[in-house]
Amino acid sequence: MFTRRSDLPLDKDALSRFLPWLIAFMVFLAVLAMAGMLVLDATAQRWDKGVSGTLTVQIVPAGTRDKDDERLQKVLLILGETPEVYRFETLSDAKLMTLLEPWLGAAAGSEDLPLPRLIDVELKPGAKLDVDKLSQRMEARVSGVTIDDHSVWLDRLVSLIRSVEGLASAVLVLIGLATVGTVVFTTRTGLAIHRNAIEVLHFIGAQDSYVASQFASRALTLGLKGGVIGLALAVPALWGIGVMSRKMEAGLLPDITLGPVHWVALGVLPLLVAFIAMVTARMTVMKTLSRML
Amino acid sequence: MNIDDNEPIVKFENVGLRYGLGPEVLQDVTFSLAPGSFHFLVGASGAGKSSLLKLIYMALKPSRGLISLFGRDIATTSRRDLPSIRRRVGVVFQEFRLLNHLSAFDNVALPLRVAGVRESEIQKHVVELLSWVGLKDHLNARPPTLSGGQQQRVSIARAVIARPQVLLADEPTGNIDDRMGMRLMHLFEELNKLGTTVIIATHNSQMVERMGYPRMHLDEGWLEIVGGESARPHPDRMFGDSGSAPAGEESGESDAADGSTTNYETLI
Repeated sequence: MFTRRSDLPLDKDALSRFLPWLIAFMVFLAVLAMAGMLVLDATAQRWDKGVSGTLTVQIVPAGTRDKDDERLQKVLLILGETPEVYRFETLSDAKLMTLLEPWLGAAAGSEDLPLPRLIDVELKPGAKLDVDKLSQRMEARVSGVTIDDHSVWLDRLVSLIRSVEGLASAVLVLIGLATVGTVVFTTRTGLAIHRNAIEVLHFIGAQDSYVASQFASRALTLGLKGGVIGLALAVPALWGIGVMSRKMEAGLLPDITLGPVHWVALGVLPLLVAFIAMVTARMTVMKTLSRML
Repeated sequence: MNIDDNEPIVKFENVGLRYGLGPEVLQDVTFSLAPGSFHFLVGASGAGKSSLLKLIYMALKPSRGLISLFGRDIATTSRRDLPSIRRRVGVVFQEFRLLNHLSAFDNVALPLRVAGVRESEIQKHVVELLSWVGLKDHLNARPPTLSGGQQQRVSIARAVIARPQVLLADEPTGNIDDRMGMRLMHLFEELNKLGTTVIIATHNSQMVERMGYPRMHLDEGWLEIVGGESARPHPDRMFGDSGSAPAGEESGESDAADGSTTNYETLI
């Protein structure tokens, strides 16, 4: 199908000149959308893994430091009795200060400021701890203790990522539909432009598939051409974003490097678009010709 | 080909044709042509000659009536099978209908390529035929650079290259001088002797008289077959007896595919 010489002057019509560019833009957008999706997916997984399995226990300051210390010891004792807990560590005052400093400035060093005690708890891998129960047990013996298992903000963050991911996949689907639509219309226009030649081929005894494969192989060629242009535009764009993100504060942005698997997936995208273009052109011609004599 | 000698190769029964809601341009046309017959199609312009040819090469569907080609009712033949029938019908279009972006060579090669003939065969036969119609020096010329007569000869070459069983020609000598005109008529006659059924629509009454083949006369949509007294080539099978022949199954293979192309050098 790909080596067949063309009997129709398909390469000379204006459509052939702009179809690759349309496909290039679509591939460009598709690659960006897909790269975004892959990065977000990896990030969401990493956060899920990194943060779940940890708790933060906070002892709200109530009265003197000595009393707070006493409450802290009780909490530590309870944690020690909990089988799901793997490891726990009380944050030192100094570390607490550094955490607070960006918000409070120099005042964070003030002795007058009542500071909560924070305990970093790590659960055994795979262990399921009922946070509410632990909370009740603590509350029964010590007052003013809150347990944060990060689930609230993590859930929100992950659901945000998932919805952005959903949006990106919707973008991919729309790009696919736009490709199909563009190819359908350019093919129909091509059929109209070359109607006379196609009729002659028809009277001479050409099968519909003979005509269709000429359109299909042109669509494939133009699709590949557009796909390569689109990919060539998208790769530097992605690389640039990667470089910029690495220059920023590490904590603010998730790590957005793409693995080799991801790059292969992105490289397949133009091929996929070209394939869609080919199949669409073929089906359009077959369908249109079946309505002709 | 296993066509029975008596089975009509083209058969029309009560065929009527109208464009849209207009009056019928063809009315109750009934005839059948035996394999190997030669007919002129005559009549005033606008009498429906081109329409009749278009019905035979399936560019139009009849508004009513039955048309069968090679023993097959074309209305009930599936779309997939039509190309194999079309390959057995060569057409010289009135307005040539050459593909302007292809060279004369490629235009003539088209029916063979469509039928999947090997390139080496194509090369040989196309060059031979184009040389024979006097276009040896114009193999690579695009149709727009050729004169009307030259284009007509390319168009005739394209129609006969695949040795069709039926040859339809709409005013095939209109743009050609008399000498070349007679030469091409002889080509048609030779093809006819080799078994091709020929129908030529023409205004050239002189030529019709001289050659003496029977005339299909169209007058305001009515068809009448007359004449053929003097030089009928196969008087015994001029009109096939419709109905008596068994409907033989056609293989659907085109002549072009088996590569048995005429040696045109022998036709002169």
